[in-house]
Amino acid sequence: MILVYLIISIVGIFALGWLFRWTGQKISWPKEEWNIYFRDMSYLVGVGFIFGVALILFTLYVYFILQIKFFVWGVQLLVICGVSGYIFRFLGRRIGTEGSRKLFRSMPVTAAFGILTVILYALLAVFADFIAPYEQDEIFEVINALPGGNPDLGGDPRFLLGTDQLGRDLLTRLIYGAQNTVGIAFATTVFSFLIGITGGFLAATLGGWVDQVLSRAVDALMAIPQLIFALLLMTIATAWAGSNKVMIMVYMVLIIAVLDSTRVYRLSRAVGLNIVVMDFIEAAKVRGETLRYLLFREILPNAMAPLLAEFGLRFCFVFLTISALSFLGIGIQPPLADWGTMVRDLAQFINFAAFSPLTATLPLLAAGAIALLTVAVNFIVDWVLHKSSGLKS
Amino acid sequence: MSSIFGIILRRIVLGVLTLFVVSLLIFASVNMLPGDFAQAILGQGATPEAVESIREDLGLNKHPVQRYLDWLGGIIQGDFGVSFAQANFAEYGGTSVELGGIASVADQLAPRFKNTMFLAGVSAAISVPLSVMLGILAALYSNSVFDRAINISTLSSISSPEFFLAYILILFLAVLNPIFPSLSNVYEGMTFWEKLDRTMLPALTLTLIVTAHMMRMTRAAIINLMASPYIEMARLKGTAPLMIIIRHALPNSLAPIINVIALNLAYLITGVVVVEVVFVYPGIGQLFVDSVKVRDIPIVQACCLIFAASYILLNLLADIMTILSNPRLRHPK
Repeated sequence: MILVYLIISIVGIFALGWLFRWTGQKISWPKEEWNIYFRDMSYLVGVGFIFGVALILFTLYVYFILQIKFFVWGVQLLVICGVSGYIFRFLGRRIGTEGSRKLFRSMPVTAAFGILTVILYALLAVFADFIAPYEQDEIFEVINALPGGNPDLGGDPRFLLGTDQLGRDLLTRLIYGAQNTVGIAFATTVFSFLIGITGGFLAATLGGWVDQVLSRAVDALMAIPQLIFALLLMTIATAWAGSNKVMIMVYMVLIIAVLDSTRVYRLSRAVGLNIVVMDFIEAAKVRGETLRYLLFREILPNAMAPLLAEFGLRFCFVFLTISALSFLGIGIQPPLADWGTMVRDLAQFINFAAFSPLTATLPLLAAGAIALLTVAVNFIVDWVLHKSSGLKS
Repeated sequence: MSSIFGIILRRIVLGVLTLFVVSLLIFASVNMLPGDFAQAILGQGATPEAVESIREDLGLNKHPVQRYLDWLGGIIQGDFGVSFAQANFAEYGGTSVELGGIASVADQLAPRFKNTMFLAGVSAAISVPLSVMLGILAALYSNSVFDRAINISTLSSISSPEFFLAYILILFLAVLNPIFPSLSNVYEGMTFWEKLDRTMLPALTLTLIVTAHMMRMTRAAIINLMASPYIEMARLKGTAPLMIIIRHALPNSLAPIINVIALNLAYLITGVVVVEVVFVYPGIGQLFVDSVKVRDIPIVQACCLIFAASYILLNLLADIMTILSNPRLRHPK
């Protein structure tokens, strides 16, 4: 049934697209450019126009007539994101130093939105203790209170997003999730960069057997898919840690940092190889500088730009890996609030979507919090990469 | 011609070597477990005799090198050992052991592996044509509204966690509009269409992630070529834009596209873990996660090896296809 509708609408859009182009060509427009535009319009562009119009109509139809809650919220969220990004960019172009204003002038809305989001997350993570209404492991006598805070609907005005199966405030846990999940992911990425950059630059400067040994080791580690290898090592780590939950997380950070540093190693070695052949490195060597000085004072500053962009990407990847591990139940451990674990615990509420939309958004809120941050970081990285390389095309 | 075969042969040998190293790595990491299997199975209150007897049965008292060779030899013959969870070790109190009625790891893996391949196959069948088509369109109308919309949406879907996309799909396609079932209960003896229906949501989730990647690479590969002189020539002689891309740009950008497709297929087989858990899809990924939780070492080992093998195999395939599609690579300087 759905398939039939889908086929009919696709055929209809294609037919309308043809009709659109045909009528456009028949009508003689008052402006000459329009005539030329329609004359040169390819068939697919016509279809594209009709498709766009159909998409807008469909959105309006679902938004205003069907009023499906989730769709309405989604559209509102998108609009809010877009507008806030736009306002942020607008403000950035007016306020600040000459340099920062110049930066904002060349920035697309997506990147502005990304920067705004990252700032908000950072604030949330740092000031979680002050923002959150309760402690993250504070247990109340009200369990499974529904979100909304309306007592008639099973809510509790004290808990805006309700409580979980143990009676912990979900809003608090969501806010603390920023601190724990993002904080641990950030620490892991920093750690992975420390290992990767040191190894990569060492291989690039020393060459010879150091390079061979490190590179082959990295090759072997990279031959196993990262998530799979992380899961295997976590099996062993949990056996080592026993019931010590802090140790499990320490092992997780170590494992993911080491596995992820292979990618950093590859990049920093490649970047480092281009730098070590430069004259100023030769000069520094002749001056008799130590290896440490060479690595961190001569090579590192010159490799900063690509490494920073990579840092954003790697952070996203680490963040997603940790969330996936937590979602699978072997990542960040219970007393700490964490988004991945929250998604898993709240997942079954999605089945209540038809009669209690608010409850069903709970798992989506936690998952969306993860998605929003990674999307934001990716928008920024995309812009930075485009800025540093895109002028060619 | 012989040079091509030489290069390919070298790659294959390298692949086999990598696989060997990977098996060594897996075996070594498993052997870092504190105590040993026997202790882990029986728990704290085990009598020394019982532990000793299991050690004997599983060959744990042998030298690690000997055990590794036994394990590897078994795998080559299709024998992955016996799962801890399956083997009822309550019987192990005495001396005699029979493993007759117990399902071996290979028996457990085989149907699940088939399911996972089915899931990956369905996702690939949807995503590969879709992504190449979208990539061509995005390259054709680059810097238009369409291109930008596609760019934003693919970037978002790449960077979202799999479970977020999965739950969004469940929300709209299973709960609000019950089109597909949200639990992928696949079992033996279903017809193909039933199976397809059950597999659709996980497949769509994977498609969303993988398509974004492949589409972006296709677009980038084509746009890279659009500035070259022969494209300019084709444009000047009046070839239609779509034809320029299909006839002139696409064949030359095939190498990176094939490469990214193969890499994403590798991702499909290994990245199924989270998706399978969300949809309770009876595939190898779900088995892997369950075994990790109960520390069922033989299964974890076997799954890990299978994932790694398929990953290496598809990477190898990507390498070979790239060499075949690009004559310049056949004559390394």
